[in-house]
Amino acid sequence: MRALTWHGKHDVRVDTVDDPEILNPRDAIIKITSTAICGSDLHLYDGYIPTMKAGDILGHEFMGEVVETGPGSTLVKGQRVVVPFTIACGSCYHCGKHQYSACDNGNPADNQDIGMELYGQPMSGLFGYSHLTGGYAGGQAEYVRVPFSDVGPIVVPEGLDDDEVLFLSDILPTGWQAAENADIEPGDIVAVWGCGPVGLFAVQSAFLMGAARVIAIDHFPRRLELARRFGAETINFEESKTYEALMEMTGGIGPDAVIDAVGLEAHGFFVDNVVDQIKASLMLGTDRIHSIRQAIVACRKGGRVSMPAVYGGIVDKFPLGAFMEKGLTLKTGQTSVQHYMPGLLNAIVEGKIDTTFLISHRMSLEDAPKGYRMFHDNQNEVTKVVLKPGFTETAVAAE
Amino acid sequence: MATVNDDAPPTTSKSREMRDAALQTFTETRRDTLLGRTVTINRPRAELYAYWRDFARLPTFMDNVERVDVLSPTRSHWVVKAPGGRTVEWDALVTEEKEGEMIAWASTEDADVPNSGRIEFRDAGDRGTIVTATIVYDPPAGVVGRLIAKMFQREPAIQARRDLRRFKQLMETGEVATSSRTRAQMHEEAA
Repeated sequence: MRALTWHGKHDVRVDTVDDPEILNPRDAIIKITSTAICGSDLHLYDGYIPTMKAGDILGHEFMGEVVETGPGSTLVKGQRVVVPFTIACGSCYHCGKHQYSACDNGNPADNQDIGMELYGQPMSGLFGYSHLTGGYAGGQAEYVRVPFSDVGPIVVPEGLDDDEVLFLSDILPTGWQAAENADIEPGDIVAVWGCGPVGLFAVQSAFLMGAARVIAIDHFPRRLELARRFGAETINFEESKTYEALMEMTGGIGPDAVIDAVGLEAHGFFVDNVVDQIKASLMLGTDRIHSIRQAIVACRKGGRVSMPAVYGGIVDKFPLGAFMEKGLTLKTGQTSVQHYMPGLLNAIVEGKIDTTFLISHRMSLEDAPKGYRMFHDNQNEVTKVVLKPGFTETAVAAE
Repeated sequence: MATVNDDAPPTTSKSREMRDAALQTFTETRRDTLLGRTVTINRPRAELYAYWRDFARLPTFMDNVERVDVLSPTRSHWVVKAPGGRTVEWDALVTEEKEGEMIAWASTEDADVPNSGRIEFRDAGDRGTIVTATIVYDPPAGVVGRLIAKMFQREPAIQARRDLRRFKQLMETGEVATSSRTRAQMHEEAA
């Protein structure tokens, strides 16, 4: 099959590799119909994530058609499914509590050592995101092997396009969980740092959860414009002082809840002593912690901090004093996609949440390297690239 | 000697004396390496015990164990992979057993790598069962060679942890997780 493979910094290629096979009873093989490039894929592209190996297949936002099933799978050939980026078994203690992203068993035993050393307990498995999270082949390919296929994938009802449901795989549930973690109360003012896909979905979700006002912060005009489309007020941090603007816009109180949705994966997914390569980028990590620091300082006393942005390392200059003295609450974590998928699918069916607005480019899998380059070079215009194996036109802009 | 005044397992003690004291609870006292690993498995105690007690099944999750031949209810023969394509072998005897709770074993005198230990199963309410493996082993001297020594000095702690994780995966999910894409890859990684 054809697949987008990683070979090093700014070096991704479409290669021909062996097709995936059913290896465990609960596996299924999915023929990919749509797969997106995630902002966090750019951090692999930029070479910041340790434990990548040449030839690794990328992609953790994908959907497609079931073409083969193991005896323990509940899927049926021909079904269209969206696959969560987190690999969860559904039967461990954490899955029982719907903490799917904390699944004990999704990550192969040998791969769990690194997480144990870095974080005290091993992380769960993820598709296409380094060997720290399992080393699973991702979905930017023609086919993918999906473990625990009886737990993760959700079957798409008739009449819905790929573009409407694809983002159930990661960014929509992630934005929703971000808003849920902010414990929004009716009438709240919620501030969101970062108008990438997660931030934009957090804006929509916050309104659905009863926020009276949402203030979105970014510096890309195109992305701020999208936030405004969903009713958010905006602050361009290149033009205004964020803290001062927030205080003025909230009557001197500060936002009731703050959400840090700035993509820090690249710069935080490591601990300072893992790889030399990582040390080089640690400066960036320290720099980018700016958003969570600012969010904590801006948040009102007794307010709530939600942090969907991925941090991985050890940071300094964390405003612990402000955090304590103001009595804030922090919630964070990788997304328990499986928990949110059914409800969010309903929200899409009922027209409460729009997802297609995000897609700026659709292209063929063969053009994936070009998609990475475009996304990397122009984050203002390129909000989301969706790859479609077999798609014949190239680089078709949505609007 | 240090006094026991808290609840931390002796296998985790910073004090050599504490670890030695724990060693003496085993049959052989001269052995010098002790390790303990605990995992919680979301399945009933009786089920886990029964699976483990059928020693021939242990290679399904113990990666470095090539084969276990059950010779009698209390005696089994172990063939374990060693570096360089070699194997080490020994007979193990069940020295103590409490149905559903604990199995203790010790290798026989002529073992390539003398070892003993126990596996314990305790109820953990709605979390399932707490499984603790405590292993005492005697790294071989000179003759058997550095390779084996290396393997048994460096690896058992990691191996035990990984084996327990695989046991947990198998019991909780019915399969051992793999991130391989193809059968060929999976066999390569198992080799």
